[in-house]
Amino acid sequence: MTRAGEIARRAFLVGSAAIAGGVAFGLYAVRTPHANPLLAGLADGEATFNPWVKISKDAITLITSHADMGQGVASAQALLIAEELDLEMGQFQISFGEPAAAYYNRAMADESLPLMATDERWTSESMRTAAGSLMKLLGIQGTGGSTAMSDSFDKLREAGAVARETLKLAAAEESGVPVGELRTEAGAVLLPDGTAIPYTDLAVKAATLQPVTEVRLREPSEWRLIGKETLRVDMVAKSTGTMTYGIDLDVEDMVHAAIRVNPRKGGAVKRLDASNALQMRGVQKVVEVTGGIAVIADNTWRAIRAAEAVDIDWDDAPYPAEQAQHWEAVAASFTEDRLDRTWRDDGAAEDVLAEAGNVVEAEYRSPYVAHAPLEPLNATVLVGDRHTDVWTGHQLPRILQQHVAAITGHEVSAVRFHNQFIGGSFGHRLELEYVKLAAEIAVQMPGTPVKLTYSREEDFAQDFPRHIAIGRGRGSVANGHVEAIDLSIAAPSVSASQMGRAGYAVPGPDLQIAAGAWNNPYKLPNFRMRAFRVPELAPVSSWRAVGAPGAGFIFDCFLDEVIHAAGADPMLERIRLMEHDVSRKVLETVAEMSSWGGELAAGKGRGVAFVESFGVPFAQVVEVTDTDRGIRIDRVWAACDAGTIVDPVNFEGLIQGGIVWGLGHAMNCEITYSDGMVEQSNYHVHQGMRMYQSPEIIVRGLQNNHKVRGIGEPMVPPAAPALANAIFAATGKRIREMPFDKHIDFV
Amino acid sequence: MRLTVNRVQYDIDVEPDMPLLWVLRDELGITGTKYGCGIAQCGACTVHLDGLAVRSCQIPAQAAEGSKIVTIEGLGTPEALHAVQQAWVEHQVAQCGYCQSGQIMQAASLLDTNPDPTDEEIDRVMSGNLCRCGTYPRIRAAVKTAGAKLRGA
Ligand code: FES
Ligand code: FES
Repeated sequence: MTRAGEIARRAFLVGSAAIAGGVAFGLYAVRTPHANPLLAGLADGEATFNPWVKISKDAITLITSHADMGQGVASAQALLIAEELDLEMGQFQISFGEPAAAYYNRAMADESLPLMATDERWTSESMRTAAGSLMKLLGIQGTGGSTAMSDSFDKLREAGAVARETLKLAAAEESGVPVGELRTEAGAVLLPDGTAIPYTDLAVKAATLQPVTEVRLREPSEWRLIGKETLRVDMVAKSTGTMTYGIDLDVEDMVHAAIRVNPRKGGAVKRLDASNALQMRGVQKVVEVTGGIAVIADNTWRAIRAAEAVDIDWDDAPYPAEQAQHWEAVAASFTEDRLDRTWRDDGAAEDVLAEAGNVVEAEYRSPYVAHAPLEPLNATVLVGDRHTDVWTGHQLPRILQQHVAAITGHEVSAVRFHNQFIGGSFGHRLELEYVKLAAEIAVQMPGTPVKLTYSREEDFAQDFPRHIAIGRGRGSVANGHVEAIDLSIAAPSVSASQMGRAGYAVPGPDLQIAAGAWNNPYKLPNFRMRAFRVPELAPVSSWRAVGAPGAGFIFDCFLDEVIHAAGADPMLERIRLMEHDVSRKVLETVAEMSSWGGELAAGKGRGVAFVESFGVPFAQVVEVTDTDRGIRIDRVWAACDAGTIVDPVNFEGLIQGGIVWGLGHAMNCEITYSDGMVEQSNYHVHQGMRMYQSPEIIVRGLQNNHKVRGIGEPMVPPAAPALANAIFAATGKRIREMPFDKHIDFV
Repeated sequence: MRLTVNRVQYDIDVEPDMPLLWVLRDELGITGTKYGCGIAQCGACTVHLDGLAVRSCQIPAQAAEGSKIVTIEGLGTPEALHAVQQAWVEHQVAQCGYCQSGQIMQAASLLDTNPDPTDEEIDRVMSGNLCRCGTYPRIRAAVKTAGAKLRGA
């Protein structure tokens, strides 16, 4: 293991006491910037000022190192640089850059600590700073946890400002006009007489200068791009079929591969016979890979068909074969020895409930769910003499390099990773198996680029879904209000499962079992929230918003039950219990938007839910009608506070889409195991929402949160509980298990 | 076998049952048409066959012989957008964008026969096109805008 890997293993103490206790980092190491990776490949006459900006005489290139899987973050990163660099959208090209420590993600540290997002005591802030420094020292480059905007907001504006001031200095030296008299606009430095010197003309001069580092960032009142309507950089390509995704790549002399891997994930191959496949047209080779085989052919379809023709006996799965056994394992885990952490113990919930006359009791379930982004998994790998090239879209480039290097035998630094635009991830592209399998195939085809494309069926079969969870709540009421809630949630640890595959141990309690349940900034008089850890079952993975869609559903729906038992109004009681001003405003806003409390037509019902995740307080009101053909979702009002909104058009679209995602999966999606294999093979049995079911969605983003947050995920957790609560309001029926179509029909 | 794609004729030598989708993508290198499910469940592979929207994953190459095949690349280009594509850009519909070639081809075919569809008609025709990113609200709006453009309204 490399030294960095060893440090990572020991030091990546996510959410552990080591960070809390303040690991002493060398201050020098923390302050010293990482090397600029653009310097290495710099041609004559090209200038770079920092890892994010490169200018030649022909082009301005902005490095947008966070992966773009549809959330629009390539555009948003470029926009932040362009804001300070005085570029118009369209005056530059973008590149994902190469993996480098310089692109470490400081904000990911915030998500690795067992802190409430609303907790801003100095002790908590210093833990965040320490964890951020650790991210820097380890050079953890990653996209996830809705962190790209928080990571980028200051850093990229500063990168733009540094470039701008250095270009002004270059113009001053060229023209003899003092820097103080120069301005910049639309990709050029302006002299007092109105002459415009394009940045590209200043590249040669700028390349000889030390970057100016003392810069002033602009005031919000001066912003031209942030918060304004702009056109996303990928929009035209994505509307004309000209965007090249990983699956579209055509590398010279490339061959096509398809896999079949044991659908009992992690199980071995007992016997295989590839003779039929080898006779099929276009098939060049059948090779063994971990847990299965790959067919190499001259075309994707031929490879997939031939892979299906290989006759294979699979060995057993290393986890229970039947879904019922998975649920039994979860249900049996509410025991003292599996108590992972008591996240909240406010007041005396246990005593109050022991005394209470009427106790509300309920059990909730959240199922396994697939990622199934529309672009099936794929990766192209070329193993050369001295380098390995990897073309795919991935969220953890440097960890990917390590895993590929271990397979191809090249140095980590000799693994050249070319990140691609991704046709959806939702957590799928944090996983490494598909890249490792492509590397395993390519190593058996040295010198020939191999593009591995998953069939949709293989993508479903090999997916690591969202973890399952069961929640058990007990609650009591007094004087028309919520008095006590004691909530327990049991689930396997998604962090241990996923990080384990990546090669990292995660000590300490799992942060995701209770995410979305313990951290909502309510002040309940008596509130106990405990997480129980189920021993590892089937492998599981981060699914958009990770723990919060399951735990948030359990918490918010149970709270709704207790509020109803108290005879209180679901909206007013939530507002009354909320002790965080920014969050309360979010609830008040959604109440006002939806005219909460007004008369509803017969058959209609409304539910409200509030879940905070990734530092974003988010409230939704769902309105449904109970029709004779089932439940129809009519309208959704959504309010949140993610601080400054960088790109309002994208902000609205992303939130609407995430609500469609949250509602659709709550309606009709689950993954189940039988005989050790996933039973769902394609979209006909894992539908999600279709257009005819898609409601009107009205979005408002408040900007009182003084931290800039990402909104790739936080809209998902409140969607399911708001829908369940609305169905209750319309029908009197409490649905306590996703997907809801097991219990009620939808139009 | 001879196929006409975006007004260009191609002579190809493939199995008669190779789906048109894979002929386009892997044999002809026309990759705007996407593979999502292979079983007519997602619509990412939608192209026009003699003017009608079809799922190219379900059309054997042989069955497409003699027909006029139009893919997203033949509908319009970044320099000369089709009205539907213009509407898609104006509404900034795409997120990951992977479904959008199919959505746009489906919408163009709908508007070709009915440039002023009701909400119900839009829902009926567009519901076979899956969008995992959930861009439906904007697709609906963009279809209406595109219809208005095509009607000259
Ligand atoms: S790929 Fe043809 S409908 Fe999905
Ligand atoms: S935009 Fe991503 S699937 Fe539709």
